[in-house]
Amino acid sequence: MAVDLRPATAAPRAAPHERRGFRARLARMDLKYSPYLYISPFYILFLAFGLFPLGYTFWVSLNRWEIIGDHKFIGLRNYTRLMTDDQFWNAVVNTLGMFVIATVPQLILALLLANALNRRLRFQTLFRMGVLLPLVTSVAAVAIVFTQLYGRDYGMINWILHFFGVHKIDWQANRWGSWVAISTMVDWRWTGYNSLIFLAGMQAIPRDLYEAAAIDGASRRQQFWRITVPMLRPTIIFTSIISTIGGLQLFTEPLLFNFGYMNGGSLRQSQTVAMYMFENAFNRFQYGYGSAVAWMLFLLILVFSLVNFLLIRRFAGGEDK
Amino acid sequence: MKHAARRSRRAVVRGSRQAVAGSARLWQASPLTYIVLIFAIVLSAFPLYWMFVVATRTNAVVGAVPPPFIAGQHLGDNLRRVFENEQAHFAKALINSAIASAVIALSTVFFASLAGFAFAKLRFKGRNALLLIVVATMMVPVQMGLIPLYMVMVHLHWTGKLQAVIVPFLVTGFGVFMMRQYASQAIPDALVEAARVDGASTFRIFWSVVLPALRPAASVLALFTFMQQWNEFIWPRAVLNPDNPTVQYSLALLNSAYFNDYTLMFAGTVVATIPLFIVFVVFGRQIISGIMEGAVKA
Repeated sequence: MAVDLRPATAAPRAAPHERRGFRARLARMDLKYSPYLYISPFYILFLAFGLFPLGYTFWVSLNRWEIIGDHKFIGLRNYTRLMTDDQFWNAVVNTLGMFVIATVPQLILALLLANALNRRLRFQTLFRMGVLLPLVTSVAAVAIVFTQLYGRDYGMINWILHFFGVHKIDWQANRWGSWVAISTMVDWRWTGYNSLIFLAGMQAIPRDLYEAAAIDGASRRQQFWRITVPMLRPTIIFTSIISTIGGLQLFTEPLLFNFGYMNGGSLRQSQTVAMYMFENAFNRFQYGYGSAVAWMLFLLILVFSLVNFLLIRRFAGGEDK
Repeated sequence: MKHAARRSRRAVVRGSRQAVAGSARLWQASPLTYIVLIFAIVLSAFPLYWMFVVATRTNAVVGAVPPPFIAGQHLGDNLRRVFENEQAHFAKALINSAIASAVIALSTVFFASLAGFAFAKLRFKGRNALLLIVVATMMVPVQMGLIPLYMVMVHLHWTGKLQAVIVPFLVTGFGVFMMRQYASQAIPDALVEAARVDGASTFRIFWSVVLPALRPAASVLALFTFMQQWNEFIWPRAVLNPDNPTVQYSLALLNSAYFNDYTLMFAGTVVATIPLFIVFVVFGRQIISGIMEGAVKA
């Protein structure tokens, strides 16, 4: 940074008196209002495209709102209708099912992978980049490639299973099959990312804890479960909440797995809540009903983030009381 | 007695020597570690490799047993078919996505740095409460506001136009918070004060003192934002039309119209992945350290 070392008297001599006053006032205003000016773009955008839509979703959900601009207030009727809507509950079950079979193995695998990455390794950067590679694949590409791999007749997964004596599975047609297929897409994409986050957490654990444990004769496995996992609890809570928020909004993968059909298959076997919201709003033009689905989705995310938090706080605590 | 003392001393020395060797061994990677990691990398890379192999073949590949594991010679043909396809508007989609992702990445970095600097280094009334609002907005799922956001776009006559996928995302709470965290530890207060004493205006301080110091975090934020926007799907699918899509939307169009034409779709997926892949190869280290540093702070 250049520092001006000339005597300060030079400036006032050059500037007339009232100009100096104006500049001083300008400097005072700069000091006072600049901070607000600098943070305002975020708030303006958030008000216009974040907060307003959010509140408005609730208003829309209290209406029968079929063509834009034409609506009728019906109170909570959209919500009571949702309570007895089989298609909605089907979507909730699908979303939760895929969420569980995607998230649980993903976080466990990520934990084990991070434990391996935490050793002293040759080619450290190469391994880290290797596990992160799936994240940089375009999301539609992941869905398209995996849908092909899971093909009934020519897919490579059925071909491999064939060697183990498993008959052709029609992954798309049945509920469990499509849940598993879609969950693997999510797992494949996010496991490496989560393992890097766990790795960062592991590196913050003081190493002498492990040394002390090793002297006391604790095996590596014991060290992992008694030291690493309990010490990582905040990181595990963080990743599981992030995964909950992302997982319950699942949309792209199941949509492309069903070749773009918003119903998630002929029996709606893999339609998620996000797809059901989209189907109502943009295919059936029932904006009011779709907005009610959106609020239920929000509620679902809140509840499950909380459940997650409580469960992990309870179980990742190790053996200590 | 003397004998016993010497023996016990020898035992202690031996014990501590073992402990030192043990602490080095504690972090050593066993062959099993390498096997696990190599297996993980093969699993990570294989779908990408398969994507490339199919994109270079003809559709005869689909029924082949065993499947082909080596690239063929038809990449050019398949690429031509993707770009000439009348339903996918693939070239337009690539340009749209490149513009949207780049504009959003640049503007997010600029506005997030500006706000992050203000939150970290400037004193003003209501600072903490306003920062809390920023953090709270990070918790709100995007899809919540999808329907009314669409109504806003209808009102503005922006549906089907590129600005609909750009303007709402010009700056994010995540970006502001990230830059605020970085600025508060990377920029000494004395530096800002010194520039102030020299008579620099607040914007001048931001532009010539703060922004250069924020560069490491700014580049990570730009990369993340670019990647995220390139992969954005649900909102473009809702607000844009099939004749003016983004790249993920275009792939979805191919997928629903030509779900048996694998070489066509896979050629498209290869092209859609290449920009992200280049970013990753060039900036991989920064992305990894960005993820890991962000995690520790969170």
